Amino acid sequence: MTTDSHTETDGAAHTSTGLSNNKLGMWLFLGSECLLFGGLISTYMLYRGRVGEGPRPSQVFDIPFTSVSSFVLLMSSLTMVLAVSAAHKGDDRNTYLWTTVTAILGATFVGGQVYEFTAFYNEGMGFTTSLFSSSFYVLTGFHGVHVTVGVIMLMSIVGIMKRSKVPGSKSETVEMIGLYWHFVDVVWIIIFTLIYLIPA
Amino acid sequence: MSNAGYVRIAAILAAITALEVATYYVDLGALFLPSLLIMMAVKFYIVVSFFMHLRYESKMFSWVFYTGLFLAIVVYGIFLATFHFFS
Amino acid sequence: MAIIERSITSTEVFSVATPSSSLGALKRPVATTGWKSWLFTVDHKKLGIMYSAAALFFFIVGGLEAVLIRLQLAAPNGKILNADLYNQMFTMHATTMVFLFVMPMAAGLANYFIPLQIGARDVAFPRINAFSFWAFLFGGLFLNLSWFLGGAADGGWFMYAPNSGPVFSPSHGIDFWVLGLQITGIASLAGAVNLITTVLNMRAPGMKLMRMPIFTWMQLVVQFLLLFAVPVITVALFLLSFQRNFGATFFDVSAGADPLLWQHLFWIFGHPEVYILILPSFGVISEVLPVFSRKPLFGYPFVVFSGAAIGFVGWGVWAHHMFASGLGPVSVAVFSISTMAIAVPTGVKIVNWTMTLWGGKLEFTAAMKFAVGLIVLFTIGGLSGVTHSVAPSDTQQTDTYYIVAHFHYVLFGGAVFGLFSGFYYWWPKVFGKLLNEKLGTWNFWLMVIGMNMTFGPMHILGLQGQPRRMYQWTEARAGEGLFNFGFWNMFASIGSIVLSIGILLFLINIVITARNGKVAPLDPWDARSLEWMTSNPPKEHNFDSIPTISHLDEFFHRKYQEDASGQMVKVKTAEQVMKELEDNADAHIHMPSPSYWPIFLAAGLPVISFGVIYSIPIAIIGGVIVLFGCYGWSIEPSTAPDDDFDPPATTKDVVHVG
Repeated sequence: MTTDSHTETDGAAHTSTGLSNNKLGMWLFLGSECLLFGGLISTYMLYRGRVGEGPRPSQVFDIPFTSVSSFVLLMSSLTMVLAVSAAHKGDDRNTYLWTTVTAILGATFVGGQVYEFTAFYNEGMGFTTSLFSSSFYVLTGFHGVHVTVGVIMLMSIVGIMKRSKVPGSKSETVEMIGLYWHFVDVVWIIIFTLIYLIPA
Repeated sequence: MSNAGYVRIAAILAAITALEVATYYVDLGALFLPSLLIMMAVKFYIVVSFFMHLRYESKMFSWVFYTGLFLAIVVYGIFLATFHFFS
Repeated sequence: MAIIERSITSTEVFSVATPSSSLGALKRPVATTGWKSWLFTVDHKKLGIMYSAAALFFFIVGGLEAVLIRLQLAAPNGKILNADLYNQMFTMHATTMVFLFVMPMAAGLANYFIPLQIGARDVAFPRINAFSFWAFLFGGLFLNLSWFLGGAADGGWFMYAPNSGPVFSPSHGIDFWVLGLQITGIASLAGAVNLITTVLNMRAPGMKLMRMPIFTWMQLVVQFLLLFAVPVITVALFLLSFQRNFGATFFDVSAGADPLLWQHLFWIFGHPEVYILILPSFGVISEVLPVFSRKPLFGYPFVVFSGAAIGFVGWGVWAHHMFASGLGPVSVAVFSISTMAIAVPTGVKIVNWTMTLWGGKLEFTAAMKFAVGLIVLFTIGGLSGVTHSVAPSDTQQTDTYYIVAHFHYVLFGGAVFGLFSGFYYWWPKVFGKLLNEKLGTWNFWLMVIGMNMTFGPMHILGLQGQPRRMYQWTEARAGEGLFNFGFWNMFASIGSIVLSIGILLFLINIVITARNGKVAPLDPWDARSLEWMTSNPPKEHNFDSIPTISHLDEFFHRKYQEDASGQMVKVKTAEQVMKELEDNADAHIHMPSPSYWPIFLAAGLPVISFGVIYSIPIAIIGGVIVLFGCYGWSIEPSTAPDDDFDPPATTKDVVHVG
């Protein structure tokens, strides 16, 4: 995360729109990410019925399990927003606390995904088994990488904040990671419905 | 927004998620697909509007983000339509 | 250079950030001259020059590839290249010209001139800017390394399945192609975020959107197109990578895949891409034409909105590249109509340019010649483009030389002529010396004649049925009479030599100008926009004081005012306008400080890519480099803190940039 501002306040003060460069940049990036995930989801949609010799989606999906991990990710959005809120109040203790909790929830989600992939693999659904399996792993794998990157950022920012090494505004840095984190969450909201709940 | 407000929103999201999962066990017939899509859209909108503060931020952020979302939906929608995905 | 101190006598005192107290994991680079000052710079002007220099290098590479193609086809049974090498040659020619020449050249101009045109001292994210450049350069070099490591990509620039699969292309060429484009894609995406933020957020006071110079406007549209189009090709490239390197079968028909998936993803990106290539040049000539017509641009808002409309409608026409693929009548009809529709905003621009010339005091400098050349040549290419929107006709022309003729008229006659117009127009701004106008005239005419000789006959060849990618033709197939292959292929090949000589003259012009070119006056063209309201070349901080903008064509309105009879008369010289800015100079300006991290981070990307092709442990090393770079980057402030300067800066009166 970069903060090009020099002091707590001048991130937005000098700009012609009055908006912070960092936040505008982040929203632009997220707008771009819509087309990335849109492409992956569309590819999956095209190929979800092409299972070849391998298992069909409904044969491998474990809806109760995925519902729980979806819930975990959803709740991590709550803890993230609490961290941002604490950061804006200058409440360091709660910022660290909620950031850490968010990272733990995110890591739990990733752990669940690893477990799920392993289970699928054991049921005969390898990466190259069918077009369905390849496009499923690529889509959910990309999302998983996004969550992992988020977890790394969350853990790093706690460490960096504790050593007071954040250049620029601390609260804006947390907010930026928050935006990214919530976006990853809304992508999962879509994946959970379109991929898991709606049968092929 | 207060922390209690965020918790309330999270509770709403959790409730919608519970409803979504319930559709898996209850046969809704023709309502199944539309109800799931609507719940998905509502959850998406709530997270983006309140947790990401888009409702309270400059219109510019909404423009750039929803332009991306709109393009993705329309372009990939047409793309899938050429494969007769919806028929 | 990190700080510019200005004493009362207005002589500049350059001080540098002392590395000792830098928060970064490495001490900050402080060199202000020599190679280090370029390697670690975050200055948008230095980066703009490096972008353009690298793009020019790739232009020469791509041009040599084109000449080899033309020599091979000059006579029947060409022996210069074998079939395999020929495939690599046309694939890499197109890839190089599109991704490594036109795009980065436009990015170079954008980098250099957007901040100057909007009255900013740098871009919004200077380090990301540096990262974009290095990622582009490393990606481009990585792509071309494949020539030496078992052969380059050979599936054509749109890399259709099944030719892109391991069966038809067993060498690593396509792997290099995929990963190289992925890296340049990251560069484009980062650049798009950066430049959009810059245009929206860094404008000088009073610089409303509708007072921005047209070049900046067109670049804004281009950057939005990149922002939304790059992720689409990213998806396609990832799928292809997973197919080639990890055994997936996304485009393998025998495994039940649909080869049209690639075509759609490629062209959803690919059609916005053609506007990404042409709109910067539209922007350039919209600057050049008014200056050398001594008239404001005719219908400025129409040029702006037609540019935005092209950008928007450009998202709904992609399948016209696929009329021959069996899309079905409904899809074909819809995309035919949308393709015809997009000709309208393009036509609006042509009308606006022509009306700008109408009644003007035309001055045919080299820049102006290239701009007028664009109008004419692009119109020819645009008209043949409209013939493609008619699906039955397009089906006849698909994969023939008619297509090659069309896109070279719009891309060479359009995009490249616009860039050359920009070179001649802005050279004095960037280097302080005027390019030789006489050589420029020769350069222009040889390029016009050469390009029409080369690409004009391709219309005929295509309509006669010469396939687009055949590597040899035989006497038996050449036919007779005026329209035989033999004559027109030879004609086109001679044309390519003429064209090459024209471009060579430009390179010679650069050398001559650098050695003993005429030093440019402050305002050589009597220009209109803000980038001319500073010295040649501009100072590191661009403007001594940030001007307040009250007009479109601000610089012109500061020089000229209406007299009693309504005539615009010159009331001030450029020097006087400059003097006003200097008199109000900001006392202390902190520019963003140089950094190791952009080049470091970018260097990790090709390492990862090598690993994907050859061995995963190498990719992990690359990942560690990237991760380490991210940490170094995030704990280093973009602008060194005040106490990090030698002599220490007083916080009073300091103007921070970026």
